[in-house]
Amino acid sequence: MKQFLVFVKKEFYHVLRDRKTLLILFGLPIVQILIFGFALTNEVKNSGIVVADFAKDPASQMITTKIEASKYFDIYQTANTIEEVDEALKNGKLKAAIIFPENFNHDLLHEGRAMVQVITDASDPNLATTVGNYLSAIISDFEQDHQDNLAGRITIIPETRMLYNPQLKGEHNFVPGVMALVLMLICVMMTAISIVREKETGTMEILLVSPFRPQLVVLSKAVPYLVLSLINICTILAVSVFILKLPVNGSIFLLFAESTLFIITCLSLGLLISVRTQSQQVAMLISLMGMLLPTLLFSGFMFPIENMPRPLQWISNIIPAKWFYIIAKSVMIKGLGFAAIWKETVILIGITLFLLTVSIKKFKIRLA
Amino acid sequence: MDSAMIYTENLTKKFEKFVAVDAISFSVKPGEIFGFLGANGAGKTTAMRMLCGLSIPTSGKARIAGFDIYRETENIKRNIGYMSQKFSLYEDLTVNENIRFFGGIYGLTDQQIKKKGSALISGLGLQNEANKLVASLPLGWKQKLSFSVAMLHQPKIVFLDEPTGGVDPVTRRQFWDMIHVAAHEGVTIFVTTHYMDEAEYCDRVSIMVDGQIRALGSPSELKQQFNVPSMDSVFFKLAREAKRGD
Repeated sequence: MKQFLVFVKKEFYHVLRDRKTLLILFGLPIVQILIFGFALTNEVKNSGIVVADFAKDPASQMITTKIEASKYFDIYQTANTIEEVDEALKNGKLKAAIIFPENFNHDLLHEGRAMVQVITDASDPNLATTVGNYLSAIISDFEQDHQDNLAGRITIIPETRMLYNPQLKGEHNFVPGVMALVLMLICVMMTAISIVREKETGTMEILLVSPFRPQLVVLSKAVPYLVLSLINICTILAVSVFILKLPVNGSIFLLFAESTLFIITCLSLGLLISVRTQSQQVAMLISLMGMLLPTLLFSGFMFPIENMPRPLQWISNIIPAKWFYIIAKSVMIKGLGFAAIWKETVILIGITLFLLTVSIKKFKIRLA
Repeated sequence: MDSAMIYTENLTKKFEKFVAVDAISFSVKPGEIFGFLGANGAGKTTAMRMLCGLSIPTSGKARIAGFDIYRETENIKRNIGYMSQKFSLYEDLTVNENIRFFGGIYGLTDQQIKKKGSALISGLGLQNEANKLVASLPLGWKQKLSFSVAMLHQPKIVFLDEPTGGVDPVTRRQFWDMIHVAAHEGVTIFVTTHYMDEAEYCDRVSIMVDGQIRALGSPSELKQQFNVPSMDSVFFKLAREAKRGD
């Protein structure tokens, strides 16, 4: 046990002394999440909107003015027919449409309730959701303002429709995606490199000649990166919660447990690479090309897997990041519990056990 | 041959059809400096890896420090030190940290490490460098340090794989002084080298050609046997017969 601690301490020296790598390890996740957070999410200021006012009464005009006045929207067009609304949304410049039916004011005054239709272009799902929410907010604001002026309560029911992508599939749930990506990068690449480095410098032989168990070499290499990765998960979550205001809906504990599982998956993958390669460059290339790229392509983070051709969908099943992405998304965004993700968890455990067995076996063979 | 520190009998290693080490038999006494010579590709490294327990022999017998090479590798590992031709300390760790690490993985107590470590450092005159990164030391010092670290856990046998490659003549001389001191204290030294002047420093040498030991004896015996004035000529005469190259 003491030998193990001595070894782990040495690994920490390696990690902490290499300032540049350390900077990348801790800086990268923050930069990535900020880039994804700010560049790829919804900049909804001055979104173009088309208004089809079939009512042309005081109420509809007041709402239109309110929308016009808000910094989030610019009314670029008014339409007289539904076809014109369709046409306007199709070319993509305008992100939303608001349609007031005939008798809007009349319904409000006499029945206390009226419908208004909000259509958003959901080919960019995040944007669509945000725009839809802002429009609803403006409408309910109008409701509040006029509660006192008019006799009785009034209700405006905004009927929101997501055009083009009604289920909001492929939404950029980037925080789980970045988590998968960063863990993949740190765990796979760094473990592979750190083990291969020992081979390259010849220290591996010294370790193998010593009474220190080879399996423990691997284990103690994994510890610092496990710790590092957990710290990274904390920073990613902190940035996403406090700066990007994206709450974690499910259990944090579950999220950490699942992340630890995924970290172990990645560590075993890194181990496998290190067993099969002899130089740091090769290890790095394999980790980058062989692991990072498939993670980007097949995890469902960037490109919806449902839209891929069948063979690619099959391939995606062997990418561990895909399963972790589903798990993290379910816990963080949908707020689901373990019951909803046990299947994915089992698959991930299966992949991990497989990788570990293969790599430890190979590692032993090398000694023979 | 119970008293032998290293004892081998027809020790063989095959890689598929290629016979890297072909039935070598020899023994090394306690406190002896045994030179293990041979051209590149003669099978020295493979033989040495087997003796250190890094590689499992295809056939033959061997006992290291009295332990069987097949069944008692754990005991062997505890009793041997090893220094490879590549510099094998951690460059991004300080001298002290390296000592603590290697002492630690050999299971020395903190007290032993402290005591041995400071003796080692003062022995090498590294007091001012103890807390500097190993990367900043000149090569000669690194090699001496690496030898001392390999001796930290007081092994019965030290395997040195071309320990003086690329080192200047003065440092090489100092290095061999260290080897002699260790041998005098009873440590068995098993050393490979390409420098024939170093072969002269050994008590006995063996010369490997094409996986076999073609000559074995003290340097003076060998010179007499081959009727030449120097070890250089002995080696040249034998190595010329080699059929396999690098």
